[in-house]
Amino acid sequence: MYVAVKGGEAAISNAHRLLADRRRGDRSLPSITIDQVAEQLGLAVDRVMAEASLYDRSLAALAVRQSRGDLIEAIFLLRAYRTTLPRFGNSVPLDTAAMQVERRVSATYKDLPGGQLLGPTFDYTHRLLDPSLLTDEEVDEPARKPASGEEVMRVSDILAHEGLIEADGDLPQDHEAGDLTREPMEFPMGRDLRLQALARGDEGFLLALGYSTQRGYGRNHPFVGEVRIGEVEVEMEVPELGFAVSLGRIRVTECQMVNQFKGSSKAPPQFTRGYGLVFGQSERKAMSMSLVDRALRADELGEDITAPAQDEEFVISHSDNVQATGFVEHLKLPHYVDFQAELAMVRKMRADIEAARAADRGENEMKDAAE
Amino acid sequence: MIDTPLLKVSGVSKFYGSRIGCKDVNFELWPGEVLAIVGESGSGKTTLLNCISTRLLPTTGSVEYRMRDGNFRDLYHISEAERRFLMRTDWGFVHQNPADGLRMTVSAGANVGERLMAVGDRHYGKIRQTATDWLGRVEISADRIDDQPRAFSGGMRQRLQIARNLVTGPRLVFMDEPTGGLDVSVQARLLDLVRGLVNDLGLAAIVVTHDLAVARLLSHRMMVMKDGHVIEHGLTDRVLDDPREPYTQLLVSSILQV
Amino acid sequence: MTADLATYNFAYLDEQTKRMIRRAILKAIAIPGYQVPFASREMPMPYGWGTGGVQVTASIIGRQDVLKVIDQGADDTTNAVSIRAFFQKVADVAVTTHTKDATIIQTRHRIPEQKLTEDQVLVYQVPIPEPLRFLEPRETETRKMHALEEYGLMHVKLYEDIAQNGRISKTYAYPVKVDGRYVMDPSPTPKFDNPKMHMSDALQLFGAGREKRIYAVPPHTEVVSLDFEDYPFEIQTFEQDCALCGAHGVYLDEVVLDDRGGRMFVCSDTDHCEDRREHGHVGAMLAPNQEAAE
Repeated sequence: MYVAVKGGEAAISNAHRLLADRRRGDRSLPSITIDQVAEQLGLAVDRVMAEASLYDRSLAALAVRQSRGDLIEAIFLLRAYRTTLPRFGNSVPLDTAAMQVERRVSATYKDLPGGQLLGPTFDYTHRLLDPSLLTDEEVDEPARKPASGEEVMRVSDILAHEGLIEADGDLPQDHEAGDLTREPMEFPMGRDLRLQALARGDEGFLLALGYSTQRGYGRNHPFVGEVRIGEVEVEMEVPELGFAVSLGRIRVTECQMVNQFKGSSKAPPQFTRGYGLVFGQSERKAMSMSLVDRALRADELGEDITAPAQDEEFVISHSDNVQATGFVEHLKLPHYVDFQAELAMVRKMRADIEAARAADRGENEMKDAAE
Repeated sequence: MIDTPLLKVSGVSKFYGSRIGCKDVNFELWPGEVLAIVGESGSGKTTLLNCISTRLLPTTGSVEYRMRDGNFRDLYHISEAERRFLMRTDWGFVHQNPADGLRMTVSAGANVGERLMAVGDRHYGKIRQTATDWLGRVEISADRIDDQPRAFSGGMRQRLQIARNLVTGPRLVFMDEPTGGLDVSVQARLLDLVRGLVNDLGLAAIVVTHDLAVARLLSHRMMVMKDGHVIEHGLTDRVLDDPREPYTQLLVSSILQV
Repeated sequence: MTADLATYNFAYLDEQTKRMIRRAILKAIAIPGYQVPFASREMPMPYGWGTGGVQVTASIIGRQDVLKVIDQGADDTTNAVSIRAFFQKVADVAVTTHTKDATIIQTRHRIPEQKLTEDQVLVYQVPIPEPLRFLEPRETETRKMHALEEYGLMHVKLYEDIAQNGRISKTYAYPVKVDGRYVMDPSPTPKFDNPKMHMSDALQLFGAGREKRIYAVPPHTEVVSLDFEDYPFEIQTFEQDCALCGAHGVYLDEVVLDDRGGRMFVCSDTDHCEDRREHGHVGAMLAPNQEAAE
């Protein structure tokens, strides 16, 4: 006797209970705290903040813990929270020249005002597993030099003095930066919206696309003008006051990629730029973003669009990992109604072919018999 | 006899920055007339063709076309909807590479039938019958109707492209090096076919070619282009038998020596 | 922080967002079948799992509404249960499994068997709203094709189907023309359900969250499935009746009974099936033994 499957509700609630159990793991071990996640898995927290477009270390850390370390799930959690938040207004553009830099490297100049500053980087570490991390060994205090308080000149400004690099793009006075999360997306899109999409785009996807431009799929001859990481002030104009007030400081990673440009009928040869800016510390993401940003300017600069990284609709439509994971994973939802329709169609078509073959055989037999 | 032209091209120029694509081209095309535009590669003939066929926006100039209602319309001042409708009904465009003009992943029948369906034909059997007829006219056997062009030879693809364009009975067809990628023997057969179709259907055509033999065989009139300028223009027989410009003389002699 | 997290507006979305979505819905109703771009929000369920339908429902639902949610025609599939629970949590509305009692029905992949009334709204969850998408991947190009009513390619697809398979083999997400103008994807419902869209008394709304599109079929609007004169549109037919309620001419699910090829067919619309059984209809499986033996 067939009984239709029931009890979806109970199944779901049991699944959630089991999930909570697995999240907690072995009860004899202390559970990790949000502070521990924020402090000791800081780069995971940074990635979640960047791709969720919400700068809040504690909430991002909570999301990382709640998602059992599945970062795309954590990004999803934080975004679903972000979407419910009211918007008070736009900040004034960040002044990254005034950044309190912790790291700053340039590949285009040996030395430059402000110097090269390695900062907390994995570069030049030998990737040997470190047994000292198996125990809770004492860690030395970092060596610090007193902050000079001077602004660290941006490499793009150095080149701009000679007119060798394109200036910062000009926007009309009344231009208001769009908000990808509040307005419908349309192609072709402005560079402001495009950069927004890239800033919250999936790190792995942008990495692969940036990499593809280096391997010849939309090559654009990049040099790292500079990468800088550090804290910048976020300011907002308050109409009642008539001047900008500081809302606080955030840590960001900025990459200015300097690219060759042959010049066109409209513009003499000069260096062009790809730009990357992300929350927290993520050089990989900022550099990939600047490669892809430059690649996506092919149309604007009159270059042939031949490679995936140059195709705005392709890149932007597929860069969002929350969208991508949802749609890929929705395939596990029931589709049996449609499958039933396909099943019936395939059976019918097979039956037709069988019938036609049988008819052929019948004819042949008749012929044979007649001969 | 119709005493008005089909197409009026006036002062068409196209600049790429400071480089000339084509400069100050003027001519009229009459119904049923075949015009060849000849020149070496880089002479501007393809740029001109693209400007006339609205695939490329010229820097200056106008192109007027006599619509089926008898009125002339400036092709750069009609709506995109009208332009696209024109392109898939009253015009044809035969590309040098058939892959640019065909849908390589749908059958030959669907390739020919597409324009009919685009204008509202909704009877499968009739569409298929028309497609079969047209395949016959371009010498493609009816039993290939359900095969994809991928499985066709170069010459067959080009003939299929022609059928696909002619099925709606256009009055004007543009051809860009229609025999470009083909073997010599295949070329001859295709040219023969095209000449027959153009005559039978009373088509007007603009054919871009670097091959004077193609111009000789297909066209009534020809224009010779060099560095973006039309340097000689006249009846095909006259231009080929009695070229006036030194460049044309050079072109003609170099061909005839072969 | 926790206090913020715990409070959400009625039906989750803030009122400003609802207004934005309602404007999109009104535009969609004004231009039947046209895909209206809207600023789809991040929802607390994954993209592809009904975020579009949920946003539409959240924007139109009021405290008096009675909500029914189905997936594959059934009220008890996990995703339907989950979405229903979501609205119970964030909107505290009455829910039902009875089609006739619902004022809003959110659905994935089916249209209820029972004829809907003018007091009801059917909200579809849509994964890919663009019927031309698999013929032309580019949004910029497909929007132009819709604007210029260039739908020839759609029939090329159907032509090709007949040429290769002897029939139009598309079985679900079967394209329709709405009000004689826009070609529309009815979402992945089996084509069996297409005729129910035509001249429906109920308002039909379609939400695609990931693709950020809303479209609509207003009540009493012509919805025609694309076809050829000599290969007219046909819906699926089933040789069997529902094994539980004996219903004929409804959409059936195939249930595998054992590993020896045993199959039975039951109503995909679970409410319809239960309702019939309550009214004394009996299918072969539930019939008393002697009848079955005859």
